[in-house]
Amino acid sequence: MRFVKDIHPDETLDLVCRMCPMHLLEPGDKLKCMKKGQILQVITDYDGALEDIPEWCRKCGEEFIGIEEDEECYKLYIKKAK
Amino acid sequence: MEKVYLDHASATPVRREVIDAMLPYFGEKFGNPSTVYDMGSKVKVVIEEQRGKVAELIGGKAENIVFTSSGAEANNLAIKGVALGRQKKGNHVIVSAIEHHSVLNSARFLERLDFEVTFLQVDQYGLVDPDRLRKAMTPETILVSIMHANNEIGSIEPIAELASLCKEKGVFFHSDAVASVGNIKVDVSELNVDLLSFSGAPLGGPKGIGALYFKKNVRLMPLIHGGIQENGRRAGTENVPGIVGFGVAAELAKGELSEKSASMSKLRDLLVAGVQSRIDKFQLTGHPVQRLPGHASFCFEAIEGESLIFLLAQNGIYANTGSACASKALKTSPVLTAIGVPPAIAQGSVVFTMDKSNHSEEIDYVLERLPVAVDRLRMLSPIWGKTVPVYQEAACA
Repeated sequence: MRFVKDIHPDETLDLVCRMCPMHLLEPGDKLKCMKKGQILQVITDYDGALEDIPEWCRKCGEEFIGIEEDEECYKLYIKKAK
Repeated sequence: MEKVYLDHASATPVRREVIDAMLPYFGEKFGNPSTVYDMGSKVKVVIEEQRGKVAELIGGKAENIVFTSSGAEANNLAIKGVALGRQKKGNHVIVSAIEHHSVLNSARFLERLDFEVTFLQVDQYGLVDPDRLRKAMTPETILVSIMHANNEIGSIEPIAELASLCKEKGVFFHSDAVASVGNIKVDVSELNVDLLSFSGAPLGGPKGIGALYFKKNVRLMPLIHGGIQENGRRAGTENVPGIVGFGVAAELAKGELSEKSASMSKLRDLLVAGVQSRIDKFQLTGHPVQRLPGHASFCFEAIEGESLIFLLAQNGIYANTGSACASKALKTSPVLTAIGVPPAIAQGSVVFTMDKSNHSEEIDYVLERLPVAVDRLRMLSPIWGKTVPVYQEAACA
């Protein structure tokens, strides 16, 4: 797992309290509306996202930048690569 | 007169247009909206159209509506869902003492989970004083829930002012608007609320469908876990006929609102004035002016409200003693207790709730029979004393 800090996202998706697999469905929709090179921040409290989102990025050809953890939830960063 | 139905707060007849719109979704359009083939995806499109209509009724956007099984579930989701979603920020919740049981009991459930709950007292009209709310808030407060209009006494709360107070402190504000939506204008932007509950049944829609409006920044912990229906906020295959009925009822209600409010106000005023001139020893409960247009609630001294309801029903008049779901418990209404009505008088509670289908001849009929029924019961009452009933002859007839 790659931990990062001070990433400045272009867009944010707050998926805290949302049921699995919304953490995989909504980033796909959001990235479609973003430009190549832009960064999406996904905020979630779902532990499964820590494995799912990097794997989903690999399958979809997007770049997983890393994860930032705070007291309340996880922040995962994806760069639109295509 | 065969039947005068004045209990629209308990149930309204489902409108013909609503039934007609719903029927195909029990029949040929039965597809599951979560399926990817056209039989399901077309139904999914219809659901989203209804979401837009329902949102429009309260001045909101479709993306901020989650469909529920009822207003009660919407209240549960608002209270428990927000509290559980924000518990790392604080553990204090405030609700008014006259909320519907779905709010009060959700708050009591939170107490069992170690949340602190303040049940805010109200004045003699059932109104929440903004200063009292301000004083009740602490740095731990995460949610305040005050109903828009009370179903038992009809009073309309100063929601915009109360919600603004919460906004200043970063506290989410929820309002149960089940009794008000469809009866008066409800606009989530004007009211400044973060969450708002309402349902289809009071609009002439079907029972078993409700909705919760929530602002984009509100995190709601789901109460029903499973699939990702309602965007991952409420699991379970959607009640498609109910949603369609709710959408159609909402669309009709929006178009008819101003006319309906005006005609119901006239009927209410007619009933209140008629009771005032024909019956003594009673109290109009709730605010005399700041109240729902089709809502007239009274407490008649020295009678049992349930008995009066039965007697009126024998005359073809249908009303209720208060909250429809609580009336069977034969307990003094917590709402009437909270506004300071003495228990002996609170027993004589009767609530009349009108709709646009009612007319003045029906009110005249009620005003003819109600005093007779009240007098008849008072003559049987051991606490009525020696007061001579006004309508003694008719009562003995």
